Amino acid sequence: MFESLSSRLQGITARLRGKARITEADLDVALREIRLALLEADVNFKVVKDFVAHVRERAVGADLLSGVNPGQQIVKVVHDELVAVLGGERHHLQIDARPAVLMMVGLQGSGKTTSAAKLAVHLRKEGRTPMLVAADVYRPAAVDQLVQLGDQVGVEVHTRSVGTPALEVARSGYEAARQRGVDVMILDTAGRLHVDDAMMDELVRIAGAITPAETLLVVDAMTGQESVRVAEAFHARLPVTGLMLTKMDGDARGGAALSIRAATGLPVAFLGTGERIDGLEAFHPDRLAQRILGMGDILSFVERVQENVDQDQAEAAARRMMENRFTLEDFRNQLDQIKKMGPIGQLLQMVPGAGQMAGAAQAAVDSGEMKRIEAIIDSMTPAERRRPDIIKASRRRRIALGSGTSTAEVNRLLKQFTEMQRMMKMISAGKMPRAGGGLGALLGR
Amino acid sequence: MFWRRRDEPAEAAEPAEEPAAEPAAPEVVPATMARPAREPRGMGIRARPSGFGARLRSILGGSGPATEATWDEVEEALIAADVGATTTLELVGAARERFRADCGASGEDARRALATEIRDRLARVGSGTFELGPAPSVILFVGVNGTGKTTTIAKLAHRLQADGRSLALAAADTFRAAAIEQLRIWGEQLGISVIAQRAGADPGAVAFDAVAAAESRNLDAVLVDTAGRLQNKQQLMDELAKIRRVIERRLPGQPRHVLLVLDATTGQNGLLQAEAFSREVGVTGIVLTKLDGTAKGGVALAAADRLEVPILFAGIGEEIDALAPFDPEAFVEWLFAE
Repeated sequence: MFESLSSRLQGITARLRGKARITEADLDVALREIRLALLEADVNFKVVKDFVAHVRERAVGADLLSGVNPGQQIVKVVHDELVAVLGGERHHLQIDARPAVLMMVGLQGSGKTTSAAKLAVHLRKEGRTPMLVAADVYRPAAVDQLVQLGDQVGVEVHTRSVGTPALEVARSGYEAARQRGVDVMILDTAGRLHVDDAMMDELVRIAGAITPAETLLVVDAMTGQESVRVAEAFHARLPVTGLMLTKMDGDARGGAALSIRAATGLPVAFLGTGERIDGLEAFHPDRLAQRILGMGDILSFVERVQENVDQDQAEAAARRMMENRFTLEDFRNQLDQIKKMGPIGQLLQMVPGAGQMAGAAQAAVDSGEMKRIEAIIDSMTPAERRRPDIIKASRRRRIALGSGTSTAEVNRLLKQFTEMQRMMKMISAGKMPRAGGGLGALLGR
Repeated sequence: MFWRRRDEPAEAAEPAEEPAAEPAAPEVVPATMARPAREPRGMGIRARPSGFGARLRSILGGSGPATEATWDEVEEALIAADVGATTTLELVGAARERFRADCGASGEDARRALATEIRDRLARVGSGTFELGPAPSVILFVGVNGTGKTTTIAKLAHRLQADGRSLALAAADTFRAAAIEQLRIWGEQLGISVIAQRAGADPGAVAFDAVAAAESRNLDAVLVDTAGRLQNKQQLMDELAKIRRVIERRLPGQPRHVLLVLDATTGQNGLLQAEAFSREVGVTGIVLTKLDGTAKGGVALAAADRLEVPILFAGIGEEIDALAPFDPEAFVEWLFAE
């Protein structure tokens, strides 16, 4: 999401970059455009004002305009300011107490319930025993929603009968968590307006009763200028410790993250990326800064791979690749593993230099290309998968019929697979791999 | 306030009764639990600490001359209201021209010029009255996740019911956990039947069933809930287009209304939402929700302008009757009110 903001900033600064001399007027033009870009990205107007003022101050103050390569220098100032606003270190949850309470709060529709379930899954992956507590007693079926999500992922959900006040649900949830030796209790609360005093009081009372170790404010990444006022209001009444930005898989430019961080100093702890239950990323400000600088985010990529890929299977496949025994069966397994890691476009965004490929690859998946490839492979016999060279005309027809594709498509897949095998041979012979080779070639046509 | 609000106080829990044969506005049993009542403010209407109107007032108020600084501040106020930088620059540019043409001098003149400009833009996109067509009218609700589609459906159903309309609700959000239950609970409370299949079912099939049911039961309208989806997910947008096609094929000329539910808290992404949903399913009107917070929903101005469709309703609270017809004339008045 930050990509579109950063590409716009890069576009503006690119025009400065090459210039040997920059006049005050040039600077004015650039700053005006930066201001517009930030405003269109929903960065709060006060934050924008400060940001632009800082950049101007540093540009003029340090005499950059007359220095060597002034354009480059100003670009650096802009980037430094961005990094400064986003903050340096990652926020680590302080959940050492047993049970530690993690309270989710926010406006209606920001995504608290979904995020609560995602967090439970995330914490369990880290080896903790989470429990969910359904304290949204107002929205119809909100409790059902959490129960269903809990069922899906196998996490216990504490509920009380309809009519039980939220405070009581939270208290009994805490008691249950304590008795059962759960490490983290994640408390889902009802969405509420920051100006609704009675509803805010309810949260204050809950926080007073069960003392959350972490209170995460859940904020929709699409939020506009109000983000600052909302965050300030929640922060003023509650011990908010961090932000969870949701719907980050949309195309919002995410100014809310910058605004809230700048205005309240609250760290962004997590990003919600998608409707899949594992669509949650820990937020690394430094890595994000790299992403904005167009340097990719290889660390997040590696982590995602490690979390999801079956190590033994991967090693076996790699071995077969090296020995040139890689089959369509292996390829099919790899596709499955990649799918487990989440949307491919998102993955490629993290890889340095692969940003442009991301869109095309995601489009290939969205248009069902990936499914067609899977269907073709699934319509082959095990023998055919192991030795595609036995697939002649009549087998091709059968596979096309079985997979609901055409023989041309089967041909294309086979041809690309042969090409992939040829490249693997080269790689195993010690030649350099081309970035994104196999899969990229298959998906990119 | 720019919305009209019915006067009756929200009634608290009465045991659910059989829906009356002659549908006077039915008693509504609160969903799960009633929220604590909010302090009424101002004209007996709920909290609406709009800094915006007051701010414009203080910038433009009085008979002092309008200066360059005045216009800069107006610009800032509009941007703070999520109108968006581009639209704001257009609006202020046009207002300044009008101001000059009218030989304006004072802040008051500037205010009038800006108000007229906004009013003209809202008027250009249509009257904003909501009418059902020949029965059954299909009303399709679309939008990104969490804008309040399901709640809006319940509120609109309540309104139409009060007008004596016979209705059905269609639970075509088969994706989000418990979305069907949420609509069912509303249906039970309102005494309106809910057409649903199991979770994960094809939403097109649900819509088809609903239209068929509406036809065979001679209903006035069927309100179709859909799963929230981010507009950049092409696959999901295709699914929505398919739902529309299914309805169209079953009943040519339908859906009568495709309502985009837009969260007033949304920033400039709202414009992209409006464009994408309009491209895929032909949005005919906008419902602006969550206006009872501090957000001004300025992006709806730009969205209505861009799509050339009216803003039809404003969501102004949690209660079942907290949905008001959007009145552009009054909206502008409200923008500049103290």
